[in-house]
Amino acid sequence: MNDIRKRKQCDVAIIGAGPAGIGAALALKKAGVNDIIILDRETTGGGVPRHCGHRPFGLREYTKIMTGPQYAQRNVEEVHRAGIPLSLRTSVTSLGPDGTLDYVCPQGRGKLSAKRVLLATGTRETPRSARFISGDRALGIYTTGALQSMVYLKQMVPFYRPLVIGTEIVSFSALWTCKKAGIQPVAMIDERSRPAVAWPVFYASHYFGVPLLTGCSNITIYGKARIEGVRVVDQHGQQCDFSCDGVLVTGCFTPESILARLGGLTIEKNSGRPLTDRYGRCSNPIYFAAGNLVHQPVKVAGKCWQNGKTAAKRIAKDLDSAGG
Amino acid sequence: MKTNANNPAPSAGQGSIIASGDVAIIGGGVVGCAVARRLTLEGASIVLLEKAPDILDGASKGNSAILHTGFDAPPGSLEWECVQAGHKEYLEIHESLGLPLLKTGAMVVAWTREEEQRLAGVLEKGLLNKVPDLRLLTRQQILELEPNLDHSVRAAIHIPREFVIDPWSAPLAYLLQAVENGGQAVFNAEVTGGEFDGSHWLLKTGRGLVRATYVINCAGLYGDFVDKDVLGASDFTIKPRKGQFVVFDKAAGRLINSVILPVPSKRTKGIVLFPTIFGNMMVGPTAEEQDGRDDASTDKKTLTMLADKGRKMLPALAEMPVTATYAGIRPATERPEYRIRQDGDRNWITLGGIRSTGLTAALGIARHVHTLLADQGADFIPLANPVVPQVPNLAEHLPRDYHTPGYGEIVCHCEMVTQREIQAALEGKLPAGSLAGLKRRTRVTMGRCQGFYCSARLAELTAGKFQEPLARKISHE
Ligand SMILES: Cc1cc2nc3c(=O)[nH]c(=O)nc-3n(C[C@H](O)[C@H](O)[C@H](O)COP(=O)(O)OP(=O)(O)OC[C@H]3O[C@@H](n4cnc5c(N)ncnc54)[C@H](O)[C@@H]3O)c2cc1C
Ligand SMILES: Cc1cc2nc3c(=O)[nH]c(=O)nc-3n(C[C@H](O)[C@H](O)[C@H](O)COP(=O)(O)OP(=O)(O)OC[C@H]3O[C@@H](n4cnc5c(N)ncnc54)[C@H](O)[C@@H]3O)c2cc1C
Repeated sequence: MNDIRKRKQCDVAIIGAGPAGIGAALALKKAGVNDIIILDRETTGGGVPRHCGHRPFGLREYTKIMTGPQYAQRNVEEVHRAGIPLSLRTSVTSLGPDGTLDYVCPQGRGKLSAKRVLLATGTRETPRSARFISGDRALGIYTTGALQSMVYLKQMVPFYRPLVIGTEIVSFSALWTCKKAGIQPVAMIDERSRPAVAWPVFYASHYFGVPLLTGCSNITIYGKARIEGVRVVDQHGQQCDFSCDGVLVTGCFTPESILARLGGLTIEKNSGRPLTDRYGRCSNPIYFAAGNLVHQPVKVAGKCWQNGKTAAKRIAKDLDSAGG
Repeated sequence: MKTNANNPAPSAGQGSIIASGDVAIIGGGVVGCAVARRLTLEGASIVLLEKAPDILDGASKGNSAILHTGFDAPPGSLEWECVQAGHKEYLEIHESLGLPLLKTGAMVVAWTREEEQRLAGVLEKGLLNKVPDLRLLTRQQILELEPNLDHSVRAAIHIPREFVIDPWSAPLAYLLQAVENGGQAVFNAEVTGGEFDGSHWLLKTGRGLVRATYVINCAGLYGDFVDKDVLGASDFTIKPRKGQFVVFDKAAGRLINSVILPVPSKRTKGIVLFPTIFGNMMVGPTAEEQDGRDDASTDKKTLTMLADKGRKMLPALAEMPVTATYAGIRPATERPEYRIRQDGDRNWITLGGIRSTGLTAALGIARHVHTLLADQGADFIPLANPVVPQVPNLAEHLPRDYHTPGYGEIVCHCEMVTQREIQAALEGKLPAGSLAGLKRRTRVTMGRCQGFYCSARLAELTAGKFQEPLARKISHE
């Protein structure tokens, strides 16, 4: 692996080796920008699709239907093939106003100065705590991302009969992951009066054999060491008590924007994403953002890849006009 | 179940003696840990008995982490004395044990005219309590120190020596020092009864019998139960009082420097806005009487109220995400004071009702216990050259493990917890006995994503280590 600490400068630094970061890197290379580097804090590249063990991924990019892990791997292979350096286990810890990044990797800390920086740090689900869901803090409360990582990356399961909170697309992904892992959710609930997704979820929940309750209120988790159950008031005002051994908190995406926030970039009030123009440029013109870090609502991987490309074109133009 | 030198195998049987020493300490809260340290340093051999798989399973797992000066304690009380002694000793020992200190200072802030009038009383009480460095701040002086506070502040009392510490590493360091100097700690060892034969105690625990000359009951939220179970009666009753907190993201940590206290009312210290040693900003705690001694649940209504309250005092919080929420339970009793009692005939001391100042006072209480034992004729010879172990630093303002190369990988990205740190916390003389214990030792999963990114890796790294595992291997039958 190439040692990032030997690099002090580059034209473009890309933070995040998910679909958006990789889409952008490949596009930059195509546009003739060669001095680029991708930094990712994980031990493998590919971003969130690494743990989405289902289809379809890759149709837009490779005209082929793949699973998430296959797609993530293919993306990384393309990066290698293009000769773009990818520095893994490299966490960017702060952004300087002049495009200098502080990072840390197992060999030590370092600084990298880039003419342009692309933030492609993605999105994650809002955990139970930040949603103020009432009740005990027993073991067994996980988001879809955590569950998928356990099931697809480690072949482990944290529970067998969880209650699922949320009815977004990702919530149904979660049901799919459960099915794959032999987990049988006891129910799927939401405070919204209607499911968050437009398609016929009732069939979906029927397919998975999971009862669906919308319009719930007073959700309260209980359990001593581990989760023992969840009490809710249903849409008719009836108290329901679900006995379960876990809670799967799904959806309610929030951008992974801490770097941008601490780096002094303007953050949009409610969404929490960095404010960008239509090319993805942030309030500090050295910085760009792409992918699900800036999409609200979140988009599929292919769109993030595409969006990375759009930002890349603008960055290439920038560098060109700067005579770089 | 894990076993090590300090954890004899459960197969030892309930009928045989699994440990003995001069002093048995019941409970591994901050008070028990501090007592273990002090008595070990004074030359006693101690056995600490904790019913949970790790220390800090009761009141000490959730507090505000403020090192109090005692400016508002009941003047002349034992509590006041222990708080002052604890504050002093913490400052003396923290560096040697690797414990952090954030020199925040605090302000008792008046937001209304009525509160402003009560400030004089606060000042007077502080002087009575021998905290001489209090001073009155005008609105302008407050805003100079804390420009982000809501501009409706009227006046404040500045208390320069109220500080912020790490609430979990401190007790860990205390017990570690006891253990490094020959003390024993036994986990999963609930004390359920015991007998005194006129010179020695034989305590019944979930792991077997423990023999000791003296017993110190530091069972916190269960202090009255232990007195009843072993002595037959208790002269106090625990009235659990819950405090809920909202923790804001580290991005908010820079918004204020001091601990912002409300003007106290009769019953509680009120809701505080304060930075944590880990770089976050917190609002809380509430003061809710309840029956449950284990019920540290949080509820949406209260959390919303707290967040709103925080945003009122510090408007910039409105744009800040919430990282975590939790609750702690104070072991209050029917009287607003510590319930410390010595039964000299039976070599027994109860440290009951250590309610809202125990994190600070623990070191002082421990000294008091040593005095009580010495008065009773206990004659230990202080260690000449005690081992002084260091605990790993988790404070944001000091170097963390990831600053030193060779850490393997960063497992928890939000709190920057390394694989090396996690492995170290799972080994050694006081290894983490539960996920909660590992979190308190490393901060893993305590950040903004609460385990979205790292739970899977953590499940793998901790496989086989805890009674309650994070996850199990998928069985392919
Ligand atoms: C649980 C979950 C399930 C999903 N399921 C699907 C699905 O089934 N199909 C679909 O199309 N989309 C799905 N998505 C949407 C997903 O966000 C997109 O598919 C896509 O991965 C977004 O790409 P991205 O490049 O914007 O971000 P990501 O794929 O999230 O990649 C961001 C990368 O940035 C890195 N990073 C972050 N911060 C730093 C830092 N400080 N330093 C270094 N590196 C950093 C991360 O390690 C990560 O690799 C899902 C999302 C989630 C959260
Ligand atoms: C919301 C809140 C905020 C606070 N803020 C502060 C602050 O800012 N500053 C400050 O100085 N203090 C603060 N405190 C006070 C402090 O946390 C307590 O005073 C202190 O934790 C009490 O510790 P303890 O060791 O007495 O009890 P505990 O922590 O309850 O310890 C008792 C231990 O004994 C064990 N045990 C119980 N029964 C048995 C048995 N039969 N056998 C074996 N083991 C047993 C339990 O499992 C537990 O681990 C706060 C407290 C709360 C709740």
